[in-house]
Amino acid sequence: MSIADEEHAEELAGVGRIGTPSRLRVVAGRFFRSGQGRIGFALLTAMFLLAFAGPHLSKWGYTDKDFTAFLAPPSAEHWWGTLQTGADVYAVTLRGMQKSLIVGLLAAVVGTGLAAVVGAFAGYFLGWTDRTLMWVTDLLLVLPAFLILAIMSPLFAEGQWLLFVLMLALFLWMVTSKIVRSMTISLKEREFIHAARFMGVHPMKIIFRHVIPNLSSLLIVDATLNVSAAILTETSLSYFGFGIQPPDVSMGSLIADGARTAVYAPWTFWFCAGLLVVTVLAVNLVGDSLRDAFDPTAKRNR
Amino acid sequence: MSDPVLEVTGLDVTFGSGPGAVHAVRGVGYALHPGEVLGIVGESGSGKSVTSLAVMGLLPAHARVTGSVRLKGREILGAGEKRLTAFRGKTISMVFQDPLSALTPVYRVGDQIAEAVRIHQDVSRQAADRRAVELLDLVGIPNPAQRARAFPHEFSGGMRQRAVIAMAIANDPDVIICDEPTTALDVTIQAQVLEVLKTAQRETGAAIAMITHDLGVVAGFVDRVLVMYAGRPVETGPVDDIYYRPRMPYTIGLLGSVPRLDVGGRRRLVPIEGNPPSPDALPPGCPFAPRCPMVVPECDAAEPPLEPVGSGDRRAACIRAGEIEEGRTRPGEVYAPSGGGRAGRPAAPGAGAGERRLPAPRGERGTVLAVDDLIRHYPLMKGAVFKRRVGTVYAVDGIGFDIREGETLGLVGESGCGKTTTLMEILELARPQRGTITVLGRDTAAMTSRDRMAVRRDMQVVFQDPLASLDPRMTVHDILAEPLRTHGVGDPGPRVRELLLLVGLDQQHAARYPQDFSGGQRQRIGIARALALEPKLIVLDEPVSALDVSIQAGVINLLEDLKARLGLSYLFVAHDLSVVRHIADRIAVMYLGKIAEIGQVDRVYDTPMHPYTQALLSAIPLPDPEKERSRTRILLEGDLPSPAAPPSGCRFRTRCPKFRDVLSDGERERCVDEEPVIRVLDEDQGAACHYAEKIKVV
Amino acid sequence: MAGFLFRRLLNYVVLIVVATSLAYMLAAGALNPRANYEGRNPPIPPAVIDARLTELNLNDRTPMFERYLTWAGGVVRGDFGKMVTGGSVNEDLARRIGVTLRLITIGLVLGSVTGVLVGAYAAVRQYGAFDRVSTGASFFVLAIPTVVLANMLIIAAVWVNGLLPQPIVYVSGEFSAGLTGGFWARAVDRIQHLILPTISLSLGLIAIYSRYQRNMMLDVLGADFIRTAMAKGLRRRTALIKHALRTALIPAVTYFAFTFGSLLVGTTFTEKIFGWHGMGEQLVNSIYTNDVNSVAAISCFAAFAVLVASLASDVLHAVLDPRVRVG
Repeated sequence: MSIADEEHAEELAGVGRIGTPSRLRVVAGRFFRSGQGRIGFALLTAMFLLAFAGPHLSKWGYTDKDFTAFLAPPSAEHWWGTLQTGADVYAVTLRGMQKSLIVGLLAAVVGTGLAAVVGAFAGYFLGWTDRTLMWVTDLLLVLPAFLILAIMSPLFAEGQWLLFVLMLALFLWMVTSKIVRSMTISLKEREFIHAARFMGVHPMKIIFRHVIPNLSSLLIVDATLNVSAAILTETSLSYFGFGIQPPDVSMGSLIADGARTAVYAPWTFWFCAGLLVVTVLAVNLVGDSLRDAFDPTAKRNR
Repeated sequence: MSDPVLEVTGLDVTFGSGPGAVHAVRGVGYALHPGEVLGIVGESGSGKSVTSLAVMGLLPAHARVTGSVRLKGREILGAGEKRLTAFRGKTISMVFQDPLSALTPVYRVGDQIAEAVRIHQDVSRQAADRRAVELLDLVGIPNPAQRARAFPHEFSGGMRQRAVIAMAIANDPDVIICDEPTTALDVTIQAQVLEVLKTAQRETGAAIAMITHDLGVVAGFVDRVLVMYAGRPVETGPVDDIYYRPRMPYTIGLLGSVPRLDVGGRRRLVPIEGNPPSPDALPPGCPFAPRCPMVVPECDAAEPPLEPVGSGDRRAACIRAGEIEEGRTRPGEVYAPSGGGRAGRPAAPGAGAGERRLPAPRGERGTVLAVDDLIRHYPLMKGAVFKRRVGTVYAVDGIGFDIREGETLGLVGESGCGKTTTLMEILELARPQRGTITVLGRDTAAMTSRDRMAVRRDMQVVFQDPLASLDPRMTVHDILAEPLRTHGVGDPGPRVRELLLLVGLDQQHAARYPQDFSGGQRQRIGIARALALEPKLIVLDEPVSALDVSIQAGVINLLEDLKARLGLSYLFVAHDLSVVRHIADRIAVMYLGKIAEIGQVDRVYDTPMHPYTQALLSAIPLPDPEKERSRTRILLEGDLPSPAAPPSGCRFRTRCPKFRDVLSDGERERCVDEEPVIRVLDEDQGAACHYAEKIKVV
Repeated sequence: MAGFLFRRLLNYVVLIVVATSLAYMLAAGALNPRANYEGRNPPIPPAVIDARLTELNLNDRTPMFERYLTWAGGVVRGDFGKMVTGGSVNEDLARRIGVTLRLITIGLVLGSVTGVLVGAYAAVRQYGAFDRVSTGASFFVLAIPTVVLANMLIIAAVWVNGLLPQPIVYVSGEFSAGLTGGFWARAVDRIQHLILPTISLSLGLIAIYSRYQRNMMLDVLGADFIRTAMAKGLRRRTALIKHALRTALIPAVTYFAFTFGSLLVGTTFTEKIFGWHGMGEQLVNSIYTNDVNSVAAISCFAAFAVLVASLASDVLHAVLDPRVRVG
């Protein structure tokens, strides 16, 4: 925001605008007015549709193997070609996307929730609560996340991917919780929190009724951006065989396989890599536009 | 008359384009002659700051500016960067509102002033540095050579503003534009800075355009006044004419709504009803018509031009200005209750028009709040990387007062004096570090959590910033219902409707969010919330300082009416002594964590005894040009000492004019060695000064 | 002051000890070094395996707490134990730190400096063509996982090399083994090996730093002191460089220290894919080879690097910003 806009906003501040639409509509309006937001939203919707409706269009399942076509280029039979094992690239890629999207979404939601609660408690109560919680946060920051997740990877085999999601989330929340904590500390000095406190409202109620809802814009944006962080981490882990375990597939394991054959069978690598990049890009665009939509005064795009 | 040095004509500023365009400034024009001082007065949203930035060419690219700005006869509007930079800082310079952010934090103050010198003068680095030190000396910074090496954050607000002024006069400009130069400062510092501006004008002979919302600041300082409303000038003329013979109803209303420091006996304030229009939704015709008590149907036809009224250099934008000029309607009658007008609303029932019926003398009424020997010390931390305790902040250091039923105590002082800490200590209802707080007969040190809940029900709070004190994510209904639900009152619906009516809002407002209201309405919501549980004591923390004067008057009147109707007691914390004189029965003046003077409000204002109270009252400008010109100010030297290292003995002695000029060495020794305690010198007036004596300063 | 410094450092030591111990326990519990010796042909007698594992302090038949104490005793004396191959963990990691430093130094400097310049210019020309293009490009780069980017670079390099009579970039390793020739031949060879990993590292860093610097710069551009500088008569350009960039550079420099610390163990993917035998590669390899002692040592080093980096960034901040300078 430029200087004069600020001045102008200040001058407007005293003016009542009666009958303004609800906050949700305002944010949605701002979001969809930005080209970036529209592109991101359209891409993300398309990715979800492709991942969850796409598999029904093809006759190949992700476990099917076509023993008449190994490493075959794209054709009418196999739209995106086949792998060395005879698996249909279209089917396995969409299966991998499903997994990556679900893992990313869940991990982000859990991670952000954890960040909100830990940060708000530490910032609101300070003292020993704060010291203990922040020490744990520091400890998790100091631990090499990739290493710990990789060591624990044998536990994720045989359909234990929910545990994998929880472990991913466990290493996603620390930085956000530090931000939430410092925002809670400043929010705590805001007059409406004082007002609630001096009214006799219970601290827990203050945290869940006043503090966390007032950080919701930060948390929503953060959750969105955490989706991409979780997808990227999941991909890298699976690439080295530490994430989603066979027979299930994910984007990471597919890319690892595809990279080996990419030079002479490009379809094994590029479809998967391309979709992954588009998905992460879409999530980031949505998150960034949301941030602008929530807070039009701060033009920050991280 | 000589040619004007700065001439602005038909200045228009528009932000954005199309239907969402905001026409912030509409047809502003003025001429500034050499050595002349012009006051540009307006409330927030009037476009006064945008005007000054447009003149300097500092508006961003997306602002469309049309009209003409001639500096010494040469057009500078739309000039290229090369020509503009040659003017800026040399012929025309500017002093900004917020001294905290006006200096680059990473460079030394002296270097920044020297930079201003070297841009326009071909001098060596050493010469520029020497000039910077000279300038700092000129604006009254002690030890200028040493202070020039300091970084901005090591300066207090007043010193930073002096440094900005030094920068503005570095190249002997012909015009200085001051945009609210003292708004962010305390009154005693404001008085110092205004004095510095006068010196600066004497030294440079520059013409000054002084932009402010404070009618007091300009009264004694300017030659002519331009009043702005909704982006355009509505009245202009010599300062005495504007203050004593206003012709535009807005100006009349503005002057009537200012609480006066020099008028005792509770004259009821006259608010202007309604709110200023939003610049993107201006009404047709006169923008002031919806709020004007003199409105007639013709007002909505077309916007009245700024036309000459009467004799002399007077102009007003009102079709009925001639009527006022001819005396058919006297200014004093415009806002009289019978004046009619579509906005005129009868005063709230039970207002009692300032007549106060107290049930019994003070001594016989019960005590609602008693504070005795209260102390609050904080550890002083230092260092970002290695944070450590380096001392103690003596924020509140042994104060005592009491409030009786139906009484208002004003707790006043400048920033850093400990008034907010005192208030927080009372509201926490915890055991103080030392001393006692007794709320409604219960000692906070001995309270159980059940007692505390009971007291919270009877003691409520209203905060300064009406937007910050309401949770932006809750509707007005939920905000007002929260205290009721917390204290287990069943269905809050009927009570919420009752409360809205009580503070003069509509019942339909309950479904809206705080952001949908104007500042004054928000503060009414805050007051309604405080009233929800029918408390006995309300603690008010600067409840009107964030509001424009025309709005502020309405809120002050509401607080007075409620108190009379509901038998409330107020602890009113404020820095604005005019407002306090208006609303309080008794006043306590704080300085550096101690009470300097306490007593009945008219006694303290009429004949203050403590040298600090005297200086404080003397520093406040009155919206009365003649009184201002004839007053002699008691100027305090320097800044408030750090509360981490208060002076020994009397805390005020380092800045005390009496200590400096009047007392003998022997008498001074007592001030240094012995801490004065409050001595009641008269019936209900006491001061903590060894040599207190009554003086009239207002 | 000394007391505070001591408390902070003590807290760091406690954090490192807890983090390393936790990593050791996890690794000792989950990894199975015995598997390295089983299923061989001819089979190794269990007694021999046991003896070998005990020698390495990796025997899962010894209670974990006992193994932990043995290991911790060594660590206190500065010895992180033996690798599964029998070599010293200390020596291995010391060699690998050198490799990692050679890899990241150029990439980090190149990435951060370019990123800061791009971000600052984009902020000054907000919504201009450069801003749009750089914003779009950094969004795109940030959406590409390192594993994909590295593989894309390799694919591209293989294609380019195929078009030329002799390869100009090498896709694997730090230098060609057994290369003969003088100093210049070896230097050129090293540069040829360095190009791809450096691009892979610095592209991401440019994207991150340009976003970061753009935000910092935009925050400062709206500040009152820029207006003051222009009101003095400074040209916009001068005001921007002298007043805005100088102020907005502080967070970027602070962030630099932090990035450096996290990259010491954080270039896993780049090292692994391009075959550089650095810290990051060993992080993956140690898990593949069930090398408990290496895992613990790398955890310890990572914790140490992160804490020192955060301390360094705090100190740098205090040095650069007079507002927080200790005084």
